[in-house]
Amino acid sequence: MSQPVISARQLTKTYGDFTAVAGIDFEVAPGESFGLLGPNGAGKSTTMRMVGAVSTRTSGELNILGLDPNDHGPDIRSQLGVVPQQDNLDQELRVRDNLLVYGRYFGLPRRLVAERADALLEFAQLTDRKKAKVDDLSGGMKRRLTIARALINEPRILLLDEPTTGLDPQARHILWDRLFRLKEQGTTLVLTTHYMDEAEQLCDRLVVVDKGSIMAEGSPASLIREYSSREVLEVRFGSDKNAEAAERMAGVGDRLEVLPDRILVYSENGEAALERITSLGLEPITSLVRRSSLEDVFLRLTGRSLIE
Amino acid sequence: MTTTTVRDDTARALAGGEAPRRWGAWYIAEHRIRAMKGYAGDALFQSFGNPLIYLFALGVGLASLVPQGVGDVSYLQFVAPALMATAAMTVTANETSYPIMMGFKWNPIFYGMNASPITGGQIVSGMMIHIALRAFVTVAIYFGIIVLFGAVPSALGWLSIGTATLTGMAIGVLISTYTSTIEEDRGQMAMLQRFGIMPLFLFSGTFFPLEQLPVWLQPIGWISPLWHGTEIGRVLTYGAAEPLWLTVTHVGYLATLFIVGLWATRKHFVRRLNK
Repeated sequence: MSQPVISARQLTKTYGDFTAVAGIDFEVAPGESFGLLGPNGAGKSTTMRMVGAVSTRTSGELNILGLDPNDHGPDIRSQLGVVPQQDNLDQELRVRDNLLVYGRYFGLPRRLVAERADALLEFAQLTDRKKAKVDDLSGGMKRRLTIARALINEPRILLLDEPTTGLDPQARHILWDRLFRLKEQGTTLVLTTHYMDEAEQLCDRLVVVDKGSIMAEGSPASLIREYSSREVLEVRFGSDKNAEAAERMAGVGDRLEVLPDRILVYSENGEAALERITSLGLEPITSLVRRSSLEDVFLRLTGRSLIE
Repeated sequence: MTTTTVRDDTARALAGGEAPRRWGAWYIAEHRIRAMKGYAGDALFQSFGNPLIYLFALGVGLASLVPQGVGDVSYLQFVAPALMATAAMTVTANETSYPIMMGFKWNPIFYGMNASPITGGQIVSGMMIHIALRAFVTVAIYFGIIVLFGAVPSALGWLSIGTATLTGMAIGVLISTYTSTIEEDRGQMAMLQRFGIMPLFLFSGTFFPLEQLPVWLQPIGWISPLWHGTEIGRVLTYGAAEPLWLTVTHVGYLATLFIVGLWATRKHFVRRLNK
């Protein structure tokens, strides 16, 4: 890996007795798309705020673009683009004005900011809404405007905290498409998400975070390979019968995971596992064979679901 | 795609932080002035409308009940500098109450600003530059109208534009010191208006000299920035007699409040934004 643009060693953040981030280590290479995957409250946003050079670490080392954020907050932030979990556009300003004032924060000349604002409105597919009030935009449009705003300084690193939470599927796909283009252009992306499909779509490499600690690290495919089987069979027998059925299914597949509403059978061949189950005289109400996902990795690592 | 090393990035970052470090507060002020587009008409109408209403009601209406004036001057001359300082207070109190709470909560622009190279301290300074400009313009318009009403006999009167602005700012930063700590809206703003701004307006020697109040009520005036601001205004607009040390004390008191309030507000912002 070339020299990292972000490097964290034993990075820790505590609030009184509560440890939000418990000594994590990670590195992000230039141009890489790096994800922090974990449930709400895992410490992802706190990590992002430390990487964003706004929250001071309690201990450990953190280096961003070769600088320590404790000493060089403004310098580091001049090279970051930040898309926070909660939109913080200025609702008192119109769409284009939001980009104009934000560009000025970086000390950029007005003419340059105006040029970039128009190009970014195009990129965010918001040119026809440039005079609209922010309040009149849909959730997806606001997210795209926030991303456009984060790009006004042509950042070396773009930090995205739960970029598609609360968006409908269509808006998510438009956003993913825009982020994918940035990735292709070589922008380093760091994103947090609790959506496994988002992590699979956008991340070259990710860490699975839970309770402030890193549970696993790797590419989405390698994590799935390492911590899950190729396929998963999901069977439902009715919530009161799942446990009993699971007892009879012992030995089917590589591993069983009994959830309140269904049983997951981890197997290299889901169809074969289903045949085994029916041969045992069990008749599931529904059955589904699918590919393993990061959700399964998370379940394996923590014993819990990502979205609870 | 261009290939850069981390060393290039470091150099770029150090260069990129330079202008915001120096001018960050002004960028924030620029933002706030641009946001005024939405309410500039209302603000201007207030700047002209309020003095006219007050001057007619008090300087002309109430003054007819006080034909002998106050001391050596007409009632209009007596009350005008107080109204000017009050106008500054009204602007700064408005701008440092809801807008500060909003910036953290309902329209959380401060978090956006803080994610850029701008620091929490610069956000406060920028907000205050904008508020001071607004107060200054309002007071200047007020002063012009008072002059037209013939209530400024002294040649030094124009200096009261500055002192009234300082009065407003001294009060504004005290309010922002408090509002920057509010996490939940439980009607604190209405309380502030009723039990903070209103008593200041009534008991700061605005409508009658402070000495008219019972002795035990007079300390309200002494600690009131509005009283200090009003008294300087009277010295400047019609040469009210007062020892020099007292005038210096008025200015010193207001300047001290402003510095302490600004420092405390900046501290609260930094703590809250960089948790």
